[in-house]
Amino acid sequence: MKKIITALLITLMPALGFAAGGGVHLDEADVDLHNQASLQNGAKLFVNYCLSCHSAAYMRYNRMGRDLGLTDEQVAENLMFAADKVGDTMTVAMPATDAKKWFGTKIPDLTVVARARGADWLYTYLRTFYLDPSRPWGVNNATFKDVGMPHVLWELEGLKQPVYETYKDHDGNDAKRIVGYDMIQPGKMSEAEYDNAVRDLVNFMVYMGEPAKLSRYYIGVWVLLFLALLFVVSYAMKKEFWKDVH
Amino acid sequence: MSKMQEFMGWVDARFPMTKMWEEHLSKYYAPKNFNFWYFFGSLALLVLVIQIVTGIFLTMNYKPDATLAFASVEYIMRDVNGGWIIRYMHSTGASAFFIVVYLHMFRGLMYGSFKKPRELVWIFGMLIYLALMAEAFMGYLLPWGQMSYWGAQVIVNLFGAIPVIGQDLSIWIRGDYVISDATLNRFFAFHVIAVPLVLLALIVAHVIALHEVGSNNPDGIEIKKNKDANGIPVDGIPFHPYYSVKDIVGVVVFLMFFAAAMFFLPEMGGYFLEHANFIPADPLKTPAHIAPVWYFTPFYTVLRAVPDPFLGVIAMGAAVVILFFLPWIDQNPIKSMRYRSPLHFMNLLFFAASFIYLGYLGVNPPEPVLAEMGLRFSEVYFLFFFVLWFHSKTRSAGFSYAALIVLVGIYSIYDLVRVGEGNMGLVTSSWLIPTGYMAIMLLAPLFTNLNQEKPVPERLTK
Repeated sequence: MKKIITALLITLMPALGFAAGGGVHLDEADVDLHNQASLQNGAKLFVNYCLSCHSAAYMRYNRMGRDLGLTDEQVAENLMFAADKVGDTMTVAMPATDAKKWFGTKIPDLTVVARARGADWLYTYLRTFYLDPSRPWGVNNATFKDVGMPHVLWELEGLKQPVYETYKDHDGNDAKRIVGYDMIQPGKMSEAEYDNAVRDLVNFMVYMGEPAKLSRYYIGVWVLLFLALLFVVSYAMKKEFWKDVH
Repeated sequence: MSKMQEFMGWVDARFPMTKMWEEHLSKYYAPKNFNFWYFFGSLALLVLVIQIVTGIFLTMNYKPDATLAFASVEYIMRDVNGGWIIRYMHSTGASAFFIVVYLHMFRGLMYGSFKKPRELVWIFGMLIYLALMAEAFMGYLLPWGQMSYWGAQVIVNLFGAIPVIGQDLSIWIRGDYVISDATLNRFFAFHVIAVPLVLLALIVAHVIALHEVGSNNPDGIEIKKNKDANGIPVDGIPFHPYYSVKDIVGVVVFLMFFAAAMFFLPEMGGYFLEHANFIPADPLKTPAHIAPVWYFTPFYTVLRAVPDPFLGVIAMGAAVVILFFLPWIDQNPIKSMRYRSPLHFMNLLFFAASFIYLGYLGVNPPEPVLAEMGLRFSEVYFLFFFVLWFHSKTRSAGFSYAALIVLVGIYSIYDLVRVGEGNMGLVTSSWLIPTGYMAIMLLAPLFTNLNQEKPVPERLTK
């Protein structure tokens, strides 16, 4: 009986059986918002590598500092390259029209990108740039095909060439897919180090997408505890009032 | 006389304060056997208050302007003190409203609360549901994300499918040729003042109509038929304090679920807040998959099940409008499903499951198998109302067979038109879904005792 129900559910609701959307396999980012060192390292990577082109226009420097355990001075000295005041938001100097000319597309703001794309997507995306001479910047991406963005982190990761495998697609034609990468020019980091750096960066972006996330679980627990207490009291009151109803 | 009584006397001479208090609370006699399902009316009122109060605070920082809207929402989420709590209360409240209202409506269906003499209670309720849909739809445009934008685009374009006046009508609604700043401004006006006013008026009407006839109950027995010497229903208890204290328990339990959602799962995996809505609206980039928010998806599936856009709109509209006629469709004198047949119970259960499944289908892209299911369960959705009418009384064998043949015939003709080599297997196997449903519902009374109804007791059972 159970088997029949399972089979029925999979026929009727295929999306339950497979991860919805995309089709690209995503690696798990496994970020930890409580790891402040990771968030700080992510912030450093973000302002150094991302913020030259991408803005994070809804995020304020001092708010970031406060949440990441940094003083305003530390933020101003180490993390602020494009703004005057710690109360400013993370904007970029690059004019939007130039950006469009150089990269062929509008450069998206990254403040809430982690909420739109998800941590796993960002984590996979930043680790799947590969050499492709046919592209303007010489690189392509396995997660976001023909993306306009160059491999900004190549110094850290190095440059890699894809290893293809030929397989038969639905129609029986030969098709290629990437099964792995060969490192052509090693970067400053080993593979494991790079994965960790990207994890820190994604961790920071998850935080930036919703700074309230740092406190909302904590507040939520207290709210639920309060309501649990209120439940006991209100239930006792109901019992008392209803004693005479038969 | 104490000072308080003196004061109340002064007020009562000028305004019917005590009279209203007694009529609607302390001397409003409600059946004593309300169960779990009777919490959702008061909870709907609670959610309404949450939405109005949080909404007022949101308008203090929200900017209804196409260039500022998205940023102002993020401003609320980050820079406004407690802004994220207010915003999550409002976004979670929108979904909670529909959850509560759907359960409230299903309660009415189960216990026959729409039947005489409560037809107007039901109709006011349906109008509230319509207003709520308009309210939610227009509110969803305000964050000005991709789904806000393209969802609104799709829905407003539906009006364009109406012959002759369609195109002009959709331009008139948008105030522009595409969804734009003009649309955002007017939707804001409707969302924060026009529709809420209508909603409040309708809710007052709903409650007044209810208190005029009195509440139904899980037994579907009129408590007013059994009054004591003082004219008080024997099985009734004053709403206040009995149900006010009971509803407080319901409120606390509800708030626990509500708080769990807003503090731990405010996006609810993309159902309460869609992921693509964190990308600012871009009129030049159509998202690959546009799905309305979950509470609209059952009707969205009905819309997509019909290939012709105009007929699709008609079908979707009919799926909502048919609910208005429930009091005249189900004419069975027994109100509560407790005393109706097992077959009726199965019918309700299958309808609820189909409605949820239609909702599931509406969230997902219409791939072949799912699109076929969308059509079949849309058929089931409408056939349900026929079955409801059919079960109003005992039907003859001849009529049962004739009804089965005619109704199955109607959609089978359509199946013959659309069937081809590619979809033969799918169409024939899925044909069994509505056909099996109809065969069981219409023929089971002839061959089994599944249509056996139970005697309705004189007094409430517990």
